[in-house]
Formats: sequence, structure tokens, C-alpha cells
Amino acid sequence: MRRDTQRLIFLLLPAGIFFAAFFLLPMARLFFIGGSGKTGWSAYAAILTDANYLNSLFATLSVAAATTFATLVISGISGVFLQRHKFPGNGALVAMLTFPLAFPGVVIGFMVIMLAGRQGLIGQITEFLTGDKLVFAYSLTGLFMGYVYFSIPRTILTVMAAAEKLDPKLEEAARSLGASPWRVVLDVIIPGLKPAFISAGAICFATAVGAFGTAFTLAARINVLPMVIYTEFTLSANIAMAAALSFVLGAATWIVLAVARTAAGSTVAAAG
Amino acid sequence: MKHRGLFLLQLGFTLLVCAFLIVPVILSIMAGLTVNYFIGIESGLTLRWVFEVWNGYRDTIFLSIGLSLACLVVTLVLGVPTAYVLAKRQTALTRAIEELLVMPVAVPGLATALALIVTYGALSGFRTSWAFILVGHALFTLPFMVRSVLAVLMAIDLQTLEEGAASLGAGFWQRFRDIVLPNCRAGILAGSLMVVTLSMGEFNMTWLLHTPFTKTLPVGLADAYASLRLEIGSAYTLVFFLMIMPLLLAMQAYAKPRAPKFVAEDSE
Repeated sequence: MRRDTQRLIFLLLPAGIFFAAFFLLPMARLFFIGGSGKTGWSAYAAILTDANYLNSLFATLSVAAATTFATLVISGISGVFLQRHKFPGNGALVAMLTFPLAFPGVVIGFMVIMLAGRQGLIGQITEFLTGDKLVFAYSLTGLFMGYVYFSIPRTILTVMAAAEKLDPKLEEAARSLGASPWRVVLDVIIPGLKPAFISAGAICFATAVGAFGTAFTLAARINVLPMVIYTEFTLSANIAMAAALSFVLGAATWIVLAVARTAAGSTVAAAG
Repeated sequence: MKHRGLFLLQLGFTLLVCAFLIVPVILSIMAGLTVNYFIGIESGLTLRWVFEVWNGYRDTIFLSIGLSLACLVVTLVLGVPTAYVLAKRQTALTRAIEELLVMPVAVPGLATALALIVTYGALSGFRTSWAFILVGHALFTLPFMVRSVLAVLMAIDLQTLEEGAASLGAGFWQRFRDIVLPNCRAGILAGSLMVVTLSMGEFNMTWLLHTPFTKTLPVGLADAYASLRLEIGSAYTLVFFLMIMPLLLAMQAYAKPRAPKFVAEDSE
């Protein structure tokens, strides 16, 4: 038994060393570098005290919240629908809805440009209809659209898996007691899907807060935190500030996910 | 008949969502094959842009393939033994280890990349080699391998299988090789597909970790989007689609999404 434990520790060793050397140590170093700039440890408070950072924090959180809400509504409706109604073509629809699962943020940004960019489809249609070209890809709205695009596939998979486990008897009982379809949705389906909504929502939120590729493709002017960190690091060479901001950002997303995990059971978050 | 209306309404909504996801993909594929996207498909179809991408960005494609395979080897060597230990011993300590391992996925890639740069950026031989990117990719993909293998190991009765083998005289390493590894084949396969796909598309970290000589495919994509004409960006995206498509199809065929299983457990 003792020998077995020794062997298990031995098996864990390679991953342990790798992880300590390339994640724990660098993160600790990032933390200290964050406090080593000309403003010292107050760099960690700058995200709240500096008006610019506070604004971008606010923009980041708003986009993330809007993304989470829109994604949950969209995926909730389509996910439950596709799980409940097996009609010819159902599989094809599911395959299409999950196809963008592996797109990196940069590609998502490009998809938004194809839809709402200067030569995009929405621009062409609105120009044809009203004479005015509607272009919103290079703004917060475009970013929001990109994050929703990114989040729908993974959220739909989670919702469908959870909807499969819902007991149809509960809905029948509610209906036989005279509940309208709307009341069934509110009182039976949504509470039943709550754990899935919490965990999928947390992942949407965390990815939207920390993602970088989509904003990078759309425009350097979009004022969200990851872009601010990138600018501090490359253009201003303010490494201490970049370190402090990214440490705060990392800690915040990790906390969001950890809280959601305890509330809803565990999942692996996929930030692309 | 009220139900029929509700059904059609939901179907219509779902079709709209599908269109939102798929139409830009089709537009981009078309743009990559059109002579002049601004004029439209009437300007004719061409493979010129795809060839230009091949000539200009071939290296990024090979680097990405090489990186994702190297990343697979690293995650297999580190991840499979880890998953085995986590399955054998379920204590507060192993749960904490599992929690820690997932952190590089929860923490934004930008932060991890910065941390790596401030710690190892001065080692110029390492900083400028593709191994620097590999480290980032392995950190990010390792939890997916561990989770995938762990899920399979938890579903089988490992204890009984191992005791049976041990009673027949099999030692620890023989059991690991002949009992454990063959039994988690499905998990290893699912995890491998996930790792290769994620590594192929990783951008958040790679953008900071790369150097002009170690550009991966997504880095090249970002370059092309920013500086070249729409048709070339589209053709490049088309190449990317062609590369991940087989991986995605294989994933859908072999690996039913496992993550949601954890989600629903608490609701019961």
C-alpha cells in the first residue's frame, strides 16, 4: 500500500513539476512584478481608481453580461427545442449549431466582419433597403455579436445535455393541473435547467471578460480590458501595469468560475 | 393546433440562429474563391488567393501542425498518469490538484502568457524557439486531456480490474500498461482530438508568445486580416476550416460531449 502511494506520487511528478515551473512560479512572479512599477502596489487598485481603467472595466463587464444573457436565452430556446423535437434534419441543425465550436477568437472576429463589416452582408442589405450602409463590426456591438457567436455552440451542448435529463412527467403533471405553456417554461423547465444555465453562463461570462482575439481582429480601439492590457504591454511598455491588470483579470475570472462551479457542479471552461 | 404554431415559431427561431452561425462561414468561403469580392461572384472563381496563402503562409500551417502534435505528446505523457492518480485516490488533496490544473483554462490566456514572458523571457534561446509556445499550449490543453481520461476511468470499475490482475501476479507497472491504459483508450482518443483542435486554434496566449520566426496559423490569420485584402484573409480562413474540419467530424463521431455530464449530476 505504501509502495503504491509512492508510485502514485511518482506518476504525478512530471505534471507537478511542469505545472509548478510554468504556471505557479510565473503567476507568482507576475503578482510581484505588478507591484514593482513606479506606483508600487497601488497598481492593483488602479483598476478602480484610474478613470480610464475603470471605464474599460465597466465596458468589459457590460459586454460580458449582455453576451451571457443573450447566449442563455438563444441557446435555451433552441437547445430545449432540438432536444424535445426529433424531426428529420434535427441532427443537421445540431451539427451546424456546434460547427463553430473550435473557431479561435480571431476567426470569430472575421465572421463578424463578414456579417457587419464594411463589405459585410448586413451593410449590403441595409444599403439596398434604406440607402444607408449599416456597419457596426468595429465597435462594442460587433464585439458583443462575436462573443455571442462564440458562446452559442458550447452553451447549446450544455443545455441539450441537461434538457435530456429533465423528467417529462413533471411537465405533464404541470400541464394536467392546467398550467399554460408559458407557466410550464417558467416553473418547470427553467428551474430544472438552472444548474446548466449557471455553469454555461459563467463560462460565457469568463470567456467574454478574458478573450482577446476577437477584439484584436475587430479594432484596436475597442476599449475592453484585455485590449488595454495588451496596449500597456506593447505600446506603453508599462509591464508592471500590464502585469497588475492581468493578474486582477485572471483572479476575477477564476473566482467567477469557481463560484459557479460550487453553485452548479463542475465543468471545464473553454476559453478560446 | 396551438402547439403546431409554437413548434413552427421555435423552428423558425432555431433556423435563424443557424443562419447567424453558418452564413458568415459560407460568405467567407465564397470570398476566398472569388476574383473580386467587392464586385461579387460575377467577377469569377479563382484559386489564386488560396495559392497566395500557400506561398506566403505555408510555414504557419506546418508550425501549427507540428505544435499541436508536440502538444499532444506532452499532454499524453503528463495527463494520463495524472488522471490515473486522480481516479485512484479521491481525497481533498487530489481534488485541489484537479482544481489547480484547470486554472490555466479559467485564467485568460493573456495573463498566462504575460506571466511566462516575465519569468522566462530573458532566456533568449527558449523565448525565440517554438518550445516557448508549446509550454503555453500544453498548460492550456492539459486539463482537457486529464478530464477526458478521468471521466472514462471513473466510469469503469478500476479497483476490481486491478485487484483481479494483481491476484494473478501482475505488478504495478504491468497493471498500468495492460489494464489501465487499454481501458481508458476512449478517453485518450477524445482527449487527443480536443487537445489537437484547441492547440491548432489557440490565439490568446500565442499572440504574445510568438516571435516573427514562430508564427502559428491563428497568428498568421490575425496578420492577414489586419493587413491584406479580404479575399486573402478569406482564403486563409478556408485553409483553416479545411484543417480543423476532419478533427471536428472525428470529435462528433467518437466523443459525445462529456463535460455536460458533470453539470447535470447536481440537479438530480
